[in-house]
Amino acid sequence: MIASLTPRNVVVAVLLLLLAAVPVYAAVTANAFLVTLFTRVIILGIAASSLNLILGYGGMVSFGHAVYLGIGGYAVGILAQEGVTSGFVQWPLALVVSALFALLVGALSLRTRGVYFIMITLAFAQLVYYFGVGLDRYGADDGLTIRRRSQFDDLINLSDRTQFYYLCLALLLATIYLIWRVVNSRFGMVIQGARSNDRRMRAIGFPTFRYRLTAFVIAGAICGVAGALLANHTGFISPATMHWTRSGDLIVMVVLGGMASSFGPLIGAVALLSLEEALPILIRAMAFPVFGDAAVRMAEYWQIVLGPLFLLVVLFARGGIDGLLAGARRG
Amino acid sequence: MLLFIEQCLNGLQFGLLLFLLAAGLTLVFGIMDLVNLAHGSLYMLGAYFAATFAAWTDSFVIAALLSLAATLVVGMALEVVALRRLYGRDHLDHVLGTFGLILFFNELVRIIWGPAGMSLPLPMWLIYPIEILPGLFYPTYRIAIILTALLVALFLYVLVMRTRLGMLIRAGASNREMTGALGVNINLLYTLVFGLGAALAGLAGLMQAPILTVQIGMGENILILAFVVIIIGGIGSIRGAFIAAVLVGLIDTIGRAFLPDILRLVLSSRGASTVAPAMSSMMIYLLMAIVLVLRPEGLFPVSSK
Repeated sequence: MIASLTPRNVVVAVLLLLLAAVPVYAAVTANAFLVTLFTRVIILGIAASSLNLILGYGGMVSFGHAVYLGIGGYAVGILAQEGVTSGFVQWPLALVVSALFALLVGALSLRTRGVYFIMITLAFAQLVYYFGVGLDRYGADDGLTIRRRSQFDDLINLSDRTQFYYLCLALLLATIYLIWRVVNSRFGMVIQGARSNDRRMRAIGFPTFRYRLTAFVIAGAICGVAGALLANHTGFISPATMHWTRSGDLIVMVVLGGMASSFGPLIGAVALLSLEEALPILIRAMAFPVFGDAAVRMAEYWQIVLGPLFLLVVLFARGGIDGLLAGARRG
Repeated sequence: MLLFIEQCLNGLQFGLLLFLLAAGLTLVFGIMDLVNLAHGSLYMLGAYFAATFAAWTDSFVIAALLSLAATLVVGMALEVVALRRLYGRDHLDHVLGTFGLILFFNELVRIIWGPAGMSLPLPMWLIYPIEILPGLFYPTYRIAIILTALLVALFLYVLVMRTRLGMLIRAGASNREMTGALGVNINLLYTLVFGLGAALAGLAGLMQAPILTVQIGMGENILILAFVVIIIGGIGSIRGAFIAAVLVGLIDTIGRAFLPDILRLVLSSRGASTVAPAMSSMMIYLLMAIVLVLRPEGLFPVSSK
């Protein structure tokens, strides 16, 4: 990566610097909410990056990716409930169970194409969702409170908000680096080749099914770790974590940020979660001069703006934010 | 035995309701190649319209008819304003765009009708159960649902296979450009088909409304079941959707009713009562997985274009 001063690189660099500075700024202004918000942004950035590997580079539109957030989270939650709080057990288990589930789902769903694939991944995610709803022992619908964050002996203290934040940030960068290495390897070229023309790839001798399945499993495993982080962050896990609209959110992040770009999903996660925070404020500010006090109530309905915004992104900004930045360089 | 027959009828009723929803989805997908996640929103709108019109007119039947017309209009408007622009785009674009529409419709309903749910009371003549077999009483309303859905299925079959409009629809599905070149107003045709699908979803919603509460997001979970139905049936096939819908309805209902007892034969009764609820909601997804392993294109694959 030889970085030149393109608009895209400047934005990414500034974003990373800002992310690194969040706890410092929060400490100075005594605004703990910022750290909480951005820890969430970063964790979802990891999840979205893992989805980008199969969605952006591999062309596999998985509509059930949030299920790994749930599996990773439940791995932490259930073990904690049973008295195993060591992160050295919890996190590897979150990773392994997610990978195994991805192997199962991938083996079945990668036999199909297009819209079948979308709906099958969705349906498998629903299967696990209902399994979670039926888990009476572990809170069923209401979910499970995790009283103790994962313990890593003296290595790191996750209960410390700042330490946890920087751990998440480090894992995010590691994920982005890993995926960058993967997609630029021979393996990644096969995945991308299969996205463009699967039949041709098979004709020249690549068993693309195995390659695609491996990518699917890697994505699931990474997202499982993100799930373990998320459960530690919120101290809570419930089936709602893997509701299909959460999977939709992850897709939105990837597409909004820019598919098949290293930092796109992170940009998308920042953009989507910032929009969710900013839209109510924005609506209130814009409606107040016209509608007066009714503006406060109007601000509650911010999703009515967010929804059509997705449609506009689809119609007019196919490359997402990353595409716009890359376009700005050219034009 | 009577209980079993009753559960079968419940399953049939649920399955036929799913069919109404799945038929619209599969029609829109088969003809316009559009994945419409917002289909569940139209189902929700159908229920809200019916509850509102019933409060205004005091007549269930008039409310149902008005609600059908209203969802038809909303569907056609939606197609003209937004979805038309998505034809020929990537499926991912459809998913994202219509996912946005779900947020939009949920919020719109919250603004118009408020966050609390509504209910749609049944007229007297539909409340009382009738004796369909000696000793077996069954709610009139559920029988009405079964009959209505069967009539709609017949209507769809005749419409698509036996009328000139159906011929044009099938022609448009197999070759859009050629049909357009022969002088058919393909845009209008697509708008009509989408409106028809929307009205079917609205019908399912308004018929379900008296049984469940009318609430925001009511269309989302049932939408996924409708997806499962069209995957099992083969996407684009109305016949497949019909058979798969009845199959899914029966398995889901009978599974919920009898799975705890069956499991009790193998597991301890405490074990059975923990596992059964989770198992029975997963059964149809397992069915889908099995169908996919055996026939990845569904039970009634539509020959590729």
